[in-house]
Amino acid sequence: MKNCEYQQIDARALGTPASSFQPCTEMKVPRLRRKWEVFPGKNRFYCDGRIILARQSGILPLTLGLIVVTSVLFFAFDCPFLVTHLTVCIPVIGGVLFLFVVISLLQTSLTDPGILPRALPDEAADIEKQIYTSGSSMYRPPPRTKEILINQQVVKLKYCFTCKMFRPPRTSHCSLCDNCVERFDHHCPWVGNCVGKRNYRFFYSFIVSLSFHTSFIFGCVVTHLTLRSQGGNGLVQLVICFFSIWSVLGLSGFHTYLVASNLTTNEDIKGSWSSKRGAEDSGNPYTYNSIFINCCATLCGPMPPSLIDRRGFLPPDDIPPVAAADLELSSFLAKNDTNMVGMPSSGHTS
Amino acid sequence: MAETHILQDLQHQAAIASKVYVQRDYNSGTICKFQTKFPSELESRVDKQQFEETMQTLNNLYAEAEKIGGKSYLEGCLACMTAYTIFLCMETHYEKVLKKIARFIKEQNEKIYAPLGLLLTDPIERGLRVVEITIFEDRSIGFGR
Repeated sequence: MKNCEYQQIDARALGTPASSFQPCTEMKVPRLRRKWEVFPGKNRFYCDGRIILARQSGILPLTLGLIVVTSVLFFAFDCPFLVTHLTVCIPVIGGVLFLFVVISLLQTSLTDPGILPRALPDEAADIEKQIYTSGSSMYRPPPRTKEILINQQVVKLKYCFTCKMFRPPRTSHCSLCDNCVERFDHHCPWVGNCVGKRNYRFFYSFIVSLSFHTSFIFGCVVTHLTLRSQGGNGLVQLVICFFSIWSVLGLSGFHTYLVASNLTTNEDIKGSWSSKRGAEDSGNPYTYNSIFINCCATLCGPMPPSLIDRRGFLPPDDIPPVAAADLELSSFLAKNDTNMVGMPSSGHTS
Repeated sequence: MAETHILQDLQHQAAIASKVYVQRDYNSGTICKFQTKFPSELESRVDKQQFEETMQTLNNLYAEAEKIGGKSYLEGCLACMTAYTIFLCMETHYEKVLKKIARFIKEQNEKIYAPLGLLLTDPIERGLRVVEITIFEDRSIGFGR
Protein backbone atom coordinates (compact mmCIF):
# COMPACT_ATOMS: atom_id res chain seq x y z
CA MET A 1 0.00 0.00 0.00
CA LYS A 2 1.55 3.31 -1.01
CA ASN A 3 -0.50 5.69 1.11
CA CYS A 4 -0.46 3.97 4.38
CA GLU A 5 -0.11 7.08 6.35
CA TYR A 6 -1.88 7.25 9.56
CA GLN A 7 -4.69 9.65 9.65
CA GLN A 8 -5.68 11.34 12.80
CA ILE A 9 -8.78 9.76 14.13
CA ASP A 10 -11.59 12.10 13.48
CA ALA A 11 -13.49 12.83 16.58
CA ARG A 12 -16.59 13.37 14.48
CA ALA A 13 -16.22 9.93 12.96
CA LEU A 14 -16.16 8.56 16.43
CA GLY A 15 -19.35 10.40 16.98
CA THR A 16 -21.27 8.17 14.57
CA PRO A 17 -21.16 4.98 16.60
CA ALA A 18 -22.12 7.05 19.59
CA SER A 19 -25.00 8.62 17.71
CA SER A 20 -26.43 5.21 17.01
CA PHE A 21 -26.87 4.95 20.74
CA GLN A 22 -28.52 8.30 20.88
CA PRO A 23 -32.06 6.97 20.64
CA CYS A 24 -31.38 5.11 23.86
CA THR A 25 -30.21 8.22 25.67
CA GLU A 26 -33.03 10.26 24.19
CA MET A 27 -35.39 7.66 25.45
CA LYS A 28 -34.14 8.19 28.98
CA VAL A 29 -37.04 8.80 31.23
CA PRO A 30 -37.37 12.47 32.19
CA ARG A 31 -37.27 13.14 35.89
CA LEU A 32 -40.62 12.14 37.26
CA ARG A 33 -42.24 14.99 39.04
CA ARG A 34 -44.06 14.64 42.30
CA LYS A 35 -47.64 15.77 42.71
CA TRP A 36 -46.78 18.54 45.15
CA GLU A 37 -44.89 20.37 42.41
CA VAL A 38 -48.12 20.88 40.46
CA PHE A 39 -50.46 21.34 43.38
CA PRO A 40 -53.08 23.95 42.43
CA GLY A 41 -53.79 25.34 45.90
CA LYS A 42 -51.96 28.14 47.65
CA ASN A 43 -49.60 26.04 49.70
CA ARG A 44 -45.89 25.78 50.14
CA PHE A 45 -44.03 22.49 50.34
CA TYR A 46 -40.70 21.64 51.88
CA CYS A 47 -38.53 18.55 52.19
CA ASP A 48 -39.71 17.21 48.85
CA GLY A 49 -43.37 17.38 49.82
CA ARG A 50 -43.11 16.03 53.33
CA ILE A 51 -43.98 19.34 54.96
CA ILE A 52 -46.95 21.45 53.91
CA LEU A 53 -47.61 25.05 54.88
CA ALA A 54 -50.18 27.60 53.88
CA ARG A 55 -48.77 30.23 51.56
CA GLN A 56 -49.31 32.98 54.06
CA SER A 57 -47.63 31.86 57.22
CA GLY A 58 -49.66 34.45 59.03
CA ILE A 59 -48.29 35.23 62.42
CA LEU A 60 -46.87 31.79 63.07
CA PRO A 61 -43.37 33.23 63.62
CA LEU A 62 -44.87 35.61 66.18
CA THR A 63 -46.66 32.77 67.96
CA LEU A 64 -43.52 30.68 68.08
CA GLY A 65 -41.47 33.67 69.11
CA LEU A 66 -43.75 34.61 71.97
CA ILE A 67 -43.88 31.07 73.30
CA VAL A 68 -40.13 30.55 73.06
CA VAL A 69 -39.19 33.96 74.48
CA THR A 70 -41.57 33.66 77.41
CA SER A 71 -40.45 30.13 78.21
CA VAL A 72 -36.76 30.96 77.93
CA LEU A 73 -37.14 33.97 80.21
CA PHE A 74 -39.05 31.78 82.64
CA PHE A 75 -36.34 29.12 82.67
CA ALA A 76 -33.58 31.69 82.93
CA PHE A 77 -34.94 33.97 85.61
CA ASP A 78 -37.68 32.28 87.58
CA CYS A 79 -36.63 28.67 87.65
CA PRO A 80 -33.32 29.11 89.54
CA PHE A 81 -35.10 30.95 92.31
CA LEU A 82 -38.02 28.56 92.50
CA VAL A 83 -35.83 25.47 92.39
CA THR A 84 -33.93 26.62 95.45
CA HIS A 85 -37.01 27.82 97.29
CA LEU A 86 -39.65 25.36 96.23
CA THR A 87 -39.02 22.22 94.24
CA VAL A 88 -37.01 20.94 91.29
CA CYS A 89 -40.21 19.72 89.65
CA ILE A 90 -41.00 23.20 88.45
CA PRO A 91 -38.59 23.36 85.51
CA VAL A 92 -39.37 19.71 84.74
CA ILE A 93 -43.09 20.40 84.45
CA GLY A 94 -42.36 23.60 82.59
CA GLY A 95 -40.10 21.77 80.19
CA VAL A 96 -42.63 19.04 79.47
CA LEU A 97 -45.39 21.56 78.87
CA PHE A 98 -43.14 23.68 76.66
CA LEU A 99 -42.23 20.65 74.53
CA PHE A 100 -45.87 19.64 74.24
CA VAL A 101 -46.87 23.14 73.16
CA VAL A 102 -44.18 23.48 70.52
CA ILE A 103 -44.71 19.99 69.09
CA SER A 104 -48.49 20.47 68.88
CA LEU A 105 -48.04 23.87 67.27
CA LEU A 106 -45.67 22.54 64.65
CA GLN A 107 -47.95 19.61 63.94
CA THR A 108 -50.94 21.89 63.49
CA SER A 109 -49.03 24.14 61.12
CA LEU A 110 -47.20 21.55 59.10
CA THR A 111 -49.93 18.94 58.64
CA ASP A 112 -52.35 18.71 55.77
CA PRO A 113 -55.63 19.81 57.40
CA GLY A 114 -57.75 17.53 55.23
CA ILE A 115 -57.43 19.12 51.81
CA LEU A 116 -59.59 17.56 49.14
CA PRO A 117 -57.82 17.19 45.82
CA ARG A 118 -59.58 18.91 42.95
CA ALA A 119 -61.60 16.85 40.56
CA LEU A 120 -59.85 15.64 37.42
CA PRO A 121 -61.14 17.01 34.09
CA ASP A 122 -63.09 13.84 33.21
CA GLU A 123 -64.76 13.76 36.57
CA ALA A 124 -65.61 17.45 36.45
CA ALA A 125 -67.07 17.04 32.98
CA ASP A 126 -69.24 14.17 34.22
CA ILE A 127 -70.62 16.23 37.10
CA GLU A 128 -71.13 19.33 34.99
CA LYS A 129 -72.97 17.23 32.45
CA GLN A 130 -75.33 16.15 35.20
CA ILE A 131 -75.83 19.71 36.43
CA TYR A 132 -76.33 21.34 33.07
CA THR A 133 -78.52 18.72 31.38
CA SER A 134 -81.57 20.49 32.67
CA GLY A 135 -81.71 23.58 30.47
CA SER A 136 -78.78 24.76 28.42
CA SER A 137 -77.83 28.23 29.53
CA MET A 138 -74.95 30.24 28.17
CA TYR A 139 -74.31 32.26 31.31
CA ARG A 140 -72.83 30.79 34.43
CA PRO A 141 -75.73 29.32 36.33
CA PRO A 142 -76.23 30.02 40.04
CA PRO A 143 -74.34 27.75 42.40
CA ARG A 144 -75.86 24.33 42.35
CA THR A 145 -76.80 22.62 45.53
CA LYS A 146 -77.74 19.08 46.21
CA GLU A 147 -79.92 18.23 49.14
CA ILE A 148 -79.36 15.08 51.07
CA LEU A 149 -80.74 13.63 54.24
CA ILE A 150 -78.40 12.91 57.12
CA ASN A 151 -80.02 11.60 60.27
CA GLN A 152 -83.41 12.98 59.19
CA GLN A 153 -81.83 16.38 58.77
CA VAL A 154 -81.76 18.14 55.41
CA VAL A 155 -78.21 19.12 54.50
CA LYS A 156 -77.32 21.15 51.42
CA LEU A 157 -74.19 20.22 49.53
CA LYS A 158 -72.79 23.10 47.54
CA TYR A 159 -70.97 22.80 44.25
CA CYS A 160 -67.46 24.22 44.45
CA PHE A 161 -66.59 26.00 41.20
CA THR A 162 -62.90 26.03 41.98
CA CYS A 163 -62.51 22.38 42.86
CA LYS A 164 -65.26 21.28 40.47
CA MET A 165 -67.09 18.96 42.78
CA PHE A 166 -69.94 18.87 45.22
CA ARG A 167 -68.44 19.53 48.60
CA PRO A 168 -68.97 16.73 51.10
CA PRO A 169 -70.89 17.72 54.24
CA ARG A 170 -68.91 19.87 56.68
CA THR A 171 -66.41 20.75 53.98
CA SER A 172 -65.68 24.36 53.18
CA HIS A 173 -63.47 26.13 50.69
CA CYS A 174 -60.78 28.24 52.32
CA SER A 175 -60.16 31.34 50.22
CA LEU A 176 -56.76 31.96 51.79
CA CYS A 177 -55.44 28.53 50.91
CA ASP A 178 -57.69 28.06 47.86
CA ASN A 179 -58.52 24.51 48.89
CA CYS A 180 -61.61 22.64 49.98
CA VAL A 181 -60.90 21.35 53.48
CA GLU A 182 -62.83 18.53 55.10
CA ARG A 183 -64.54 19.29 58.40
CA PHE A 184 -63.35 22.86 58.01
CA ASP A 185 -63.11 24.60 61.35
CA HIS A 186 -61.38 27.89 60.56
CA HIS A 187 -58.20 29.29 59.09
CA CYS A 188 -56.02 30.16 62.03
CA PRO A 189 -53.50 32.96 61.38
CA TRP A 190 -51.67 32.15 64.64
CA VAL A 191 -50.70 28.73 63.35
CA GLY A 192 -50.59 29.81 59.72
CA ASN A 193 -52.77 26.96 58.45
CA CYS A 194 -56.36 25.84 58.15
CA VAL A 195 -57.75 23.77 60.99
CA GLY A 196 -59.68 20.84 59.59
CA LYS A 197 -60.36 17.17 59.99
CA ARG A 198 -56.78 15.98 60.12
CA ASN A 199 -55.20 18.56 62.36
CA TYR A 200 -58.05 19.55 64.67
CA ARG A 201 -56.79 17.23 67.41
CA PHE A 202 -53.32 18.81 67.16
CA PHE A 203 -54.86 22.27 67.33
CA TYR A 204 -56.94 21.34 70.35
CA SER A 205 -53.98 19.83 72.19
CA PHE A 206 -51.99 22.95 71.28
CA ILE A 207 -54.47 25.39 72.83
CA VAL A 208 -55.11 23.22 75.87
CA SER A 209 -51.42 22.66 76.55
CA LEU A 210 -50.78 26.35 75.90
CA SER A 211 -53.45 27.23 78.48
CA PHE A 212 -51.75 25.03 81.03
CA HIS A 213 -48.34 26.39 80.07
CA THR A 214 -49.31 30.05 80.33
CA SER A 215 -51.19 29.46 83.57
CA PHE A 216 -48.23 27.54 84.96
CA ILE A 217 -45.75 30.26 84.03
CA PHE A 218 -48.07 32.94 85.33
CA GLY A 219 -48.48 31.14 88.61
CA CYS A 220 -44.77 30.54 88.97
CA VAL A 221 -43.86 34.12 88.18
CA VAL A 222 -46.41 35.47 90.64
CA THR A 223 -45.05 33.09 93.28
CA HIS A 224 -41.54 34.19 92.48
CA LEU A 225 -42.37 37.87 92.73
CA THR A 226 -44.30 37.32 95.93
CA LEU A 227 -41.58 35.31 97.61
CA ARG A 228 -38.87 37.66 96.56
CA SER A 229 -40.36 40.77 98.08
CA GLN A 230 -37.70 43.19 96.82
CA GLY A 231 -38.56 42.92 93.12
CA GLY A 232 -37.43 40.32 90.62
CA ASN A 233 -37.04 39.73 86.94
CA GLY A 234 -40.45 38.56 85.96
CA LEU A 235 -42.24 41.46 84.45
CA VAL A 236 -42.02 40.46 80.78
CA GLN A 237 -43.29 36.94 81.37
CA LEU A 238 -46.00 38.29 83.64
CA VAL A 239 -47.33 40.72 81.09
CA ILE A 240 -47.27 38.26 78.20
CA CYS A 241 -48.93 35.55 80.25
CA PHE A 242 -51.52 37.85 81.72
CA PHE A 243 -52.76 38.94 78.31
CA SER A 244 -52.45 35.49 76.74
CA ILE A 245 -54.31 33.71 79.49
CA TRP A 246 -57.60 35.43 78.82
CA SER A 247 -57.57 34.70 75.10
CA VAL A 248 -56.06 31.21 75.21
CA LEU A 249 -58.18 30.00 78.11
CA GLY A 250 -61.26 31.44 76.47
CA LEU A 251 -60.42 29.77 73.18
CA SER A 252 -59.78 26.45 74.91
CA GLY A 253 -63.11 26.69 76.64
CA PHE A 254 -64.88 27.49 73.39
CA HIS A 255 -63.25 24.59 71.56
CA THR A 256 -64.01 22.24 74.43
CA TYR A 257 -67.65 23.14 73.96
CA LEU A 258 -67.35 22.54 70.21
CA VAL A 259 -65.69 19.18 70.72
CA ALA A 260 -68.31 18.11 73.23
CA SER A 261 -71.14 18.97 70.85
CA ASN A 262 -69.32 17.78 67.69
CA LEU A 263 -69.51 21.16 66.00
CA THR A 264 -67.05 23.16 63.98
CA THR A 265 -66.31 26.87 64.44
CA ASN A 266 -67.65 27.38 60.94
CA GLU A 267 -71.00 25.77 61.79
CA ASP A 268 -71.24 27.54 65.12
CA ILE A 269 -70.59 30.96 63.63
CA LYS A 270 -73.02 30.40 60.78
CA GLY A 271 -75.56 28.98 63.18
CA SER A 272 -76.16 26.02 60.89
CA TRP A 273 -77.74 23.87 63.54
CA SER A 274 -79.20 26.40 65.90
CA SER A 275 -82.91 25.96 66.32
CA LYS A 276 -84.08 28.67 63.98
CA ARG A 277 -87.37 26.97 63.35
CA GLY A 278 -88.52 27.23 66.91
CA ALA A 279 -90.11 24.07 68.18
CA GLU A 280 -88.75 21.84 65.45
CA ASP A 281 -85.62 20.13 66.62
CA SER A 282 -83.13 21.04 63.93
CA GLY A 283 -80.15 19.80 65.81
CA ASN A 284 -76.71 18.83 64.69
CA PRO A 285 -77.01 15.64 62.62
CA TYR A 286 -73.42 14.64 63.33
CA THR A 287 -73.62 14.53 67.09
CA TYR A 288 -73.62 11.23 68.92
CA ASN A 289 -75.79 12.77 71.63
CA SER A 290 -73.22 11.98 74.27
CA ILE A 291 -70.47 14.36 75.36
CA PHE A 292 -68.05 11.51 75.99
CA ILE A 293 -68.57 9.90 72.58
CA ASN A 294 -68.40 13.25 70.82
CA CYS A 295 -65.07 14.00 72.47
CA CYS A 296 -63.70 10.58 71.70
CA ALA A 297 -64.86 10.68 68.10
CA THR A 298 -63.35 14.10 67.46
CA LEU A 299 -60.09 13.72 69.35
CA CYS A 300 -59.40 10.01 69.48
CA GLY A 301 -61.03 8.89 66.26
CA PRO A 302 -59.03 7.14 63.54
CA MET A 303 -56.49 9.38 61.87
CA PRO A 304 -57.57 9.82 58.25
CA PRO A 305 -54.83 9.77 55.62
CA SER A 306 -53.82 12.73 53.53
CA LEU A 307 -55.80 12.66 50.29
CA ILE A 308 -53.56 14.90 48.25
CA ASP A 309 -50.72 12.35 48.01
CA ARG A 310 -48.09 15.06 47.74
CA ARG A 311 -45.16 12.72 47.36
CA GLY A 312 -46.80 10.58 44.71
CA PHE A 313 -45.36 10.70 41.21
CA LEU A 314 -47.13 12.27 38.30
CA PRO A 315 -47.55 10.06 35.25
CA PRO A 316 -44.89 10.86 32.61
CA ASP A 317 -45.92 13.61 30.19
CA ASP A 318 -46.15 11.43 27.10
CA ILE A 319 -48.77 9.20 28.63
CA PRO A 320 -51.99 11.19 28.91
CA PRO A 321 -53.23 11.41 32.50
CA VAL A 322 -56.13 9.06 31.91
CA ALA A 323 -56.42 6.60 34.73
CA ALA A 324 -54.07 5.61 37.47
CA ALA A 325 -54.36 2.15 35.98
CA ASP A 326 -51.57 3.26 33.66
CA LEU A 327 -49.19 3.40 36.59
CA GLU A 328 -50.38 0.09 37.96
CA LEU A 329 -49.80 -1.70 34.71
CA SER A 330 -46.45 -0.05 33.96
CA SER A 331 -44.85 -2.70 36.12
CA PHE A 332 -46.31 -5.41 33.88
CA LEU A 333 -45.04 -3.48 30.86
CA ALA A 334 -41.50 -3.61 32.11
CA LYS A 335 -41.68 -7.35 32.67
CA ASN A 336 -43.19 -8.48 29.40
CA ASP A 337 -41.26 -6.79 26.62
CA THR A 338 -41.22 -9.91 24.45
CA ASN A 339 -44.96 -9.98 24.51
CA MET A 340 -45.04 -6.54 22.92
CA VAL A 341 -42.86 -7.71 20.08
CA GLY A 342 -44.82 -10.91 19.72
CA MET A 343 -48.15 -9.12 19.44
CA PRO A 344 -48.12 -7.92 15.86
CA SER A 345 -46.95 -11.27 14.55
CA SER A 346 -49.64 -13.15 16.39
CA GLY A 347 -52.16 -10.65 15.10
CA HIS A 348 -50.77 -11.15 11.65
CA THR A 349 -51.15 -14.88 11.67
CA SER A 350 -54.65 -14.81 13.10
CA MET B 1 -50.64 -14.66 35.30
CA ALA B 2 -53.43 -15.10 32.80
CA GLU B 3 -55.34 -12.34 34.54
CA THR B 4 -52.48 -9.87 34.38
CA HIS B 5 -52.11 -10.83 30.73
CA ILE B 6 -55.69 -9.71 30.14
CA LEU B 7 -55.13 -6.44 32.01
CA GLN B 8 -52.13 -5.76 29.85
CA ASP B 9 -54.05 -6.59 26.68
CA LEU B 10 -56.65 -4.05 27.73
CA GLN B 11 -54.05 -1.41 28.18
CA HIS B 12 -52.31 -2.01 24.88
CA GLN B 13 -55.11 -2.69 22.52
CA ALA B 14 -58.38 -1.49 23.86
CA ALA B 15 -59.24 2.15 23.70
CA ILE B 16 -61.15 3.79 26.48
CA ALA B 17 -64.76 4.07 25.48
CA SER B 18 -66.02 5.96 28.49
CA LYS B 19 -65.79 6.37 32.21
CA VAL B 20 -68.44 5.96 34.81
CA TYR B 21 -68.22 7.66 38.16
CA VAL B 22 -69.85 6.26 41.26
CA GLN B 23 -70.30 9.12 43.70
CA ARG B 24 -70.21 9.15 47.47
CA ASP B 25 -73.28 8.42 49.52
CA TYR B 26 -73.54 10.93 52.36
CA ASN B 27 -76.81 9.75 53.80
CA SER B 28 -75.07 8.20 56.77
CA GLY B 29 -73.01 11.27 57.49
CA THR B 30 -69.44 12.07 56.62
CA ILE B 31 -68.18 8.46 56.66
CA CYS B 32 -66.69 7.14 53.46
CA LYS B 33 -69.42 5.25 51.66
CA PHE B 34 -70.14 4.90 47.96
CA GLN B 35 -73.48 4.56 46.27
CA THR B 36 -74.32 0.97 45.50
CA LYS B 37 -76.83 1.88 42.79
CA PHE B 38 -75.95 0.06 39.58
CA PRO B 39 -74.98 2.55 36.84
CA SER B 40 -76.95 2.10 33.64
CA GLU B 41 -73.82 2.28 31.46
CA LEU B 42 -72.58 -0.98 32.88
CA GLU B 43 -75.75 -2.92 32.21
CA SER B 44 -74.38 -4.61 29.13
CA ARG B 45 -71.05 -5.42 30.72
CA VAL B 46 -71.37 -6.75 34.19
CA ASP B 47 -73.86 -8.52 36.38
CA LYS B 48 -75.75 -6.16 38.68
CA GLN B 49 -75.46 -8.48 41.64
CA GLN B 50 -71.71 -8.78 41.22
CA PHE B 51 -71.21 -5.04 41.01
CA GLU B 52 -73.35 -4.33 44.04
CA GLU B 53 -71.46 -6.97 45.97
CA THR B 54 -68.14 -5.34 45.08
CA MET B 55 -69.40 -1.93 46.17
CA GLN B 56 -70.84 -3.27 49.39
CA THR B 57 -67.57 -5.00 50.30
CA LEU B 58 -65.73 -1.78 49.53
CA ASN B 59 -68.09 0.17 51.78
CA ASN B 60 -67.63 -2.37 54.54
CA LEU B 61 -63.86 -2.04 54.29
CA TYR B 62 -64.05 1.75 54.57
CA ALA B 63 -66.40 1.39 57.53
CA GLU B 64 -63.81 -0.84 59.16
CA ALA B 65 -61.14 1.80 58.58
CA GLU B 66 -63.24 4.55 60.14
CA LYS B 67 -64.75 2.50 62.93
CA ILE B 68 -64.76 4.30 66.25
CA GLY B 69 -64.20 1.68 68.87
CA GLY B 70 -61.85 0.50 71.54
CA LYS B 71 -58.91 0.02 69.24
CA SER B 72 -59.12 3.47 67.66
CA TYR B 73 -59.49 5.11 71.08
CA LEU B 74 -56.39 3.30 72.28
CA GLU B 75 -54.47 4.43 69.24
CA GLY B 76 -55.74 7.99 69.71
CA CYS B 77 -54.89 8.15 73.41
CA LEU B 78 -51.45 6.66 72.88
CA ALA B 79 -50.84 9.16 70.12
CA CYS B 80 -52.01 12.04 72.32
CA MET B 81 -49.71 11.03 75.14
CA THR B 82 -46.71 10.96 72.85
CA ALA B 83 -47.71 14.36 71.42
CA TYR B 84 -48.71 12.59 68.22
CA THR B 85 -45.09 11.88 67.37
CA ILE B 86 -45.97 8.20 67.22
CA PHE B 87 -47.58 8.81 63.83
CA LEU B 88 -44.11 9.41 62.44
CA CYS B 89 -43.09 5.82 63.03
CA MET B 90 -46.30 3.82 63.25
CA GLU B 91 -48.74 3.05 60.48
CA THR B 92 -52.25 4.00 61.49
CA HIS B 93 -55.11 1.54 61.43
CA TYR B 94 -56.68 3.52 58.58
CA GLU B 95 -53.56 3.15 56.45
CA LYS B 96 -53.48 -0.59 57.08
CA VAL B 97 -57.07 -0.92 55.87
CA LEU B 98 -56.33 1.24 52.84
CA LYS B 99 -53.68 -1.25 51.82
CA LYS B 100 -56.23 -4.01 52.24
CA ILE B 101 -58.63 -2.07 50.01
CA ALA B 102 -55.95 -1.63 47.35
CA ARG B 103 -55.35 -5.39 47.32
CA PHE B 104 -59.10 -6.04 47.13
CA ILE B 105 -59.57 -3.74 44.14
CA LYS B 106 -56.60 -5.26 42.34
CA GLU B 107 -58.00 -8.72 42.94
CA GLN B 108 -61.48 -7.71 41.75
CA ASN B 109 -60.01 -6.15 38.63
CA GLU B 110 -57.94 -9.21 37.80
CA LYS B 111 -60.63 -11.77 38.48
CA ILE B 112 -63.86 -10.13 37.44
CA TYR B 113 -63.71 -6.75 35.76
CA ALA B 114 -60.73 -6.91 33.42
CA PRO B 115 -62.07 -9.94 31.54
CA LEU B 116 -65.23 -7.90 30.96
CA GLY B 117 -63.29 -4.91 29.64
CA LEU B 118 -63.67 -2.78 32.78
CA LEU B 119 -61.20 -1.33 35.22
CA LEU B 120 -61.92 -0.06 38.72
CA THR B 121 -59.73 2.73 40.05
CA ASP B 122 -58.91 2.76 43.74
CA PRO B 123 -60.93 5.69 45.20
CA ILE B 124 -57.92 6.90 47.20
CA GLU B 125 -56.34 7.95 43.91
CA ARG B 126 -59.32 10.20 43.33
CA GLY B 127 -59.27 11.69 46.83
CA LEU B 128 -62.01 9.34 48.03
CA ARG B 129 -64.48 11.32 45.94
CA VAL B 130 -65.55 8.73 43.39
CA VAL B 131 -65.03 5.18 42.23
CA GLU B 132 -63.92 5.60 38.63
CA ILE B 133 -64.82 2.74 36.33
CA THR B 134 -63.11 2.81 32.95
CA ILE B 135 -65.01 1.06 30.19
CA PHE B 136 -62.81 -0.19 27.40
CA GLU B 137 -64.08 -0.65 23.87
CA ASP B 138 -65.63 -4.02 23.32
CA ARG B 139 -63.13 -5.43 20.87
CA SER B 140 -62.50 -9.12 21.12
CA ILE B 141 -60.00 -9.56 23.85
CA GLY B 142 -58.81 -12.81 22.41
CA PHE B 143 -55.45 -11.51 21.17
CA GLY B 144 -53.13 -12.65 23.85
CA ARG B 145 -53.71 -16.25 24.65
